[in-house]
Amino acid sequence: MPEVILQARDLVKHYPIRRGILRTVQGHVKAVDGVNFDLHKGETLGVVGESGCGKSTLGRLLVRLEAPTSGTVEFEGADMANASGKELRALRRNIQIVFQDPYTSLNPRMTVGDIIGEPFEIHPEVVPKGGRRKRVQELLDLVGLNPEHINRYPHQFSGGQRQRIGIARGIALDPKVLICDEPVSALDVSVQAQVVNLMEKLQNELGLAYVFIAHDLSVVRHISDRVSVMYLGKMAELGHEEEVYERPTHPYTQALLSAVPVPDPTLRGKRQHIVLQGDVPSPANPPSGCRFHTRCWKAREKCKTDVPELILRPDGVGEHFSACHFAEPQVIVPTTDVSDVEPDERFAEVDHRDPATIAEAEGTLQDADGLRPETTTEAQANLFAPIQDDEGHPGRVPDERRDV
Amino acid sequence: MSESAVLVEGAEAQAAGGDVGDARSLGADAWRSLRKSPFFWVSAVLILIFLLMAIWPSLFTSTDPTKAVLKEARSRPSDAAWFGRDIQGYDIYARVIYGARASILVGVLTTVFTVLLGGAIGTLAAYAGGWVDSLVSRITDIFFAIPLLLGAILFMAALSGTMTGYFGVIFKVVMALTLLGWPSLARLMRSSVLQVLPNDYVQAARALGASPWRIIRSHIIPNAMGPMIVVSTINLGAYIAAEATLSFLGIGLTPPVISWGVSINDAIVGLRTTPHMLLFPSLFLSITVLAFIMLGDAIRDAFDPKSR
Amino acid sequence: MSTTTSAAPQTRSGDGKITYTPVDGRLLDVEDLHVEFHTEDGVAKAINGVSFHLDQGESLAILGESGSGKSVTAQAIMGILDMPPAKIPEGAIKYCGLDLLTMPDDQRRWVRGAEIAMIFQDALSSLNPVFPVGWQIAEMFRQHRGMNKSDSLAQAVRLMERVSIPAAKDRVKAYPHQFSGGMRQRIMIAMAIALDPAVLIADEPTTALDVTVQAQIMALLQELQQERQMGLILITHDLGVVADVADRIAVMYAGRLVETANVYDLYAKPAHPYTRGLLESIPRLDQKGQTLAAIGGLPPNLLRIPPGCAFNPRCRMAQDICRTDRPELREVAPGRKSACHFAEEVLDA
Repeated sequence: MPEVILQARDLVKHYPIRRGILRTVQGHVKAVDGVNFDLHKGETLGVVGESGCGKSTLGRLLVRLEAPTSGTVEFEGADMANASGKELRALRRNIQIVFQDPYTSLNPRMTVGDIIGEPFEIHPEVVPKGGRRKRVQELLDLVGLNPEHINRYPHQFSGGQRQRIGIARGIALDPKVLICDEPVSALDVSVQAQVVNLMEKLQNELGLAYVFIAHDLSVVRHISDRVSVMYLGKMAELGHEEEVYERPTHPYTQALLSAVPVPDPTLRGKRQHIVLQGDVPSPANPPSGCRFHTRCWKAREKCKTDVPELILRPDGVGEHFSACHFAEPQVIVPTTDVSDVEPDERFAEVDHRDPATIAEAEGTLQDADGLRPETTTEAQANLFAPIQDDEGHPGRVPDERRDV
Repeated sequence: MSESAVLVEGAEAQAAGGDVGDARSLGADAWRSLRKSPFFWVSAVLILIFLLMAIWPSLFTSTDPTKAVLKEARSRPSDAAWFGRDIQGYDIYARVIYGARASILVGVLTTVFTVLLGGAIGTLAAYAGGWVDSLVSRITDIFFAIPLLLGAILFMAALSGTMTGYFGVIFKVVMALTLLGWPSLARLMRSSVLQVLPNDYVQAARALGASPWRIIRSHIIPNAMGPMIVVSTINLGAYIAAEATLSFLGIGLTPPVISWGVSINDAIVGLRTTPHMLLFPSLFLSITVLAFIMLGDAIRDAFDPKSR
Repeated sequence: MSTTTSAAPQTRSGDGKITYTPVDGRLLDVEDLHVEFHTEDGVAKAINGVSFHLDQGESLAILGESGSGKSVTAQAIMGILDMPPAKIPEGAIKYCGLDLLTMPDDQRRWVRGAEIAMIFQDALSSLNPVFPVGWQIAEMFRQHRGMNKSDSLAQAVRLMERVSIPAAKDRVKAYPHQFSGGMRQRIMIAMAIALDPAVLIADEPTTALDVTVQAQIMALLQELQQERQMGLILITHDLGVVADVADRIAVMYAGRLVETANVYDLYAKPAHPYTRGLLESIPRLDQKGQTLAAIGGLPPNLLRIPPGCAFNPRCRMAQDICRTDRPELREVAPGRKSACHFAEEVLDA
């Protein structure tokens, strides 16, 4: 397994609840409550969970938009959670974020060129001033947008195109890690696939590691190498994609998987539906012991008192991380391997450029803007070559325990 | 429209993601819709005329406003003096024209100062948050509680005898109005900054390591300015009216400064016998105030996406 | 689409109210519906000739992306479009044979709620925050049935129990913000079914909900539909939810139906390139190693819908004819229709 580049240890974020005239602290919302994981170079770690499970807070902690209450986030050995000033600014180049809502994530008063160019203004050492415009155009091309649209404003683009702009801003500084907070959930079905494919392409070309936060279990399965399931600020299960989806051992994962609708009417009535009782408890006052015990059909006395550790537990084939005292694998989603099935090219395309751009480039549409310039394939190849200056940085030796 | 034209348009829409044309900022969009508003044009033309009056009064009249023709004092409008003459025999038309300068100077300067002061304080309070916000907000509230006239009277009384030149007097009035006018803009700016702050583009800039100054300058202020611009345009009119009120009460601008407020004050003695002395300065004052309020409304409509 | 030709089937009951009785189980007939929005930039053609029908006890899913016109269709049936800017230049929406669009206003108001009810995506903004939920449900009975306060509240409690709100008796006086998202959606459903409507329109009822809650709400909707033999129109973009719930599917694109079929046929063999593309572009929970094949391009701007087939700029199969001639929705196999010049080829693929 490749080296670990991002390591979260005992990450905790408690938000104080203040009430009364004196604004005294009356308790804490335990948004993230002890999260551990390793992220390896070039992999995608999916984080799934329902609203209020703390997955978005986790993402914000990882890019240090929030300071953790306690715990560490180490990027190649440097603690980002407790860094400040120049050191933090330098570390930020390595971890960037893509947001969910393409309508609020781009400043409406700035042109696309200014938005994607801002990272270079903040970190002027990355690209010399004269080369910035060219670099921005290369980035636009890389995410499949027409480089000539550099002077347009965000509202002139559709949701999917805006998300591409957000991604271009995220990769501008050539980060090693990209935190993706629900990057496709605001997009239409047909556009979702375009953006997912783009993200996979960028990962292959640039060697990015993703933390892919989403509530859509199908999208997460598609894009992730490893997956973690969060419930009330803690990880319930963590393992490789096929371990979590095919041999889930935590009852919450099992319930979650059973609730996801599958676009196949022939499975009607044949799938097992695990219906959970009640609602998710408030993170301000989480249940004792195992946080899931109030809704779990397997809960016993032990679950009310003892917090189950997230440790390797057998899943029938091997073992993966699960935080359940009574972990046992159960097949919820019978899976078909379709790796060798190629989609019919007559109906859908696997080209990753923005289709509007393709149309212009191929001249299939009569475009007033005229022809696109030569595709900058060479420029693309060299795009990130000059800024690979972190080679000498001592990477962390992969952890023997694989995770946690 | 011909078939092929439709085809081209459709293709363009496709290519540009539903939009046609090149860079179009929100400001440009607002301008496009502003151009269609008759209120905008009426107010813009009026304001332009008043500005010209303020800068080159001699364009509008060749009469000296300080030339008193005592024997014709209080005479009614005539060919020689279009608006008649006042109690000291000054030509009212000339005095109204020359009075624009003081009134507009007070309005514009007060607006500039309140925007700078209120905008900066409001932005600081919202961005810093915490105890800074609480402290600044309470100070704002204290100033907010002072009645404009009472505060201005006190201020002017305290500074009476100082700064007696033309610009000195104007500056005193501007200071008084600014001191009492900034809190409303600070509050407004604070609330619009609070709305802009949680936007993901601000968060993205933070994640990139942008300095607070950069975030405020390039992300927060451009997006939070809108409401303040609208309100201060409307306020500009209100400041001109406030200046007139102070001058009318004898504590604002005082002769030899020529202003609409001073003229209205002078006219009071003949309220029943020579109403024209009151009418013309008041008319100009009202039209100016109205023009700025109309402009503010038009700008607000243009920037409000819902009305489009 | 078939039209009801028999004489008007409704009768007046004692209190002057019309009783609507479906003929041959046919509840709703939408015929050649057009809706346009007049904006400053031009006329946006949101719906361009949509026809479909709904029978008693049937679930019809209207599937489409944003801007396809699926929600506008629902709002037109409900009669809650803001006119202006919306305008219905053509078409008929017949409920039990009677055109809702030409009906007098008071009659239409009666139909809305009592005969056709609707639930929305955002339950929080659909409920009034200043009144207790029980009071809001009871309001339906007070307005339409003229019940007194205590009777209507008792009915409200009964309904809240029916939609499985725990401790309904105690929570009848609670306010909307005191409920979770799923519970609020249940309250919306209780309000919708209060007057025993014959048609229930659900506009993205679970989009804002978590997946475990979504499953509960869809199960509840199905249960209620079967129990009351309602006709259900499910407006959604989610191919997964549709596969679980619908009997028939109508796929919308740029304000037109591009395909209608029974749910099993459509998933097994789509007859329109758009449907096919959609099915290939969604990641599936039960597959691994899947190659996602995205549909190219963007949905068209409704101000400038391309000539010919609206899907042609995004269609990999498009020929010259697709750019000039608009394909009609036609029968391509027993019980299924497609609006594609090459539907047979798509079916055989």
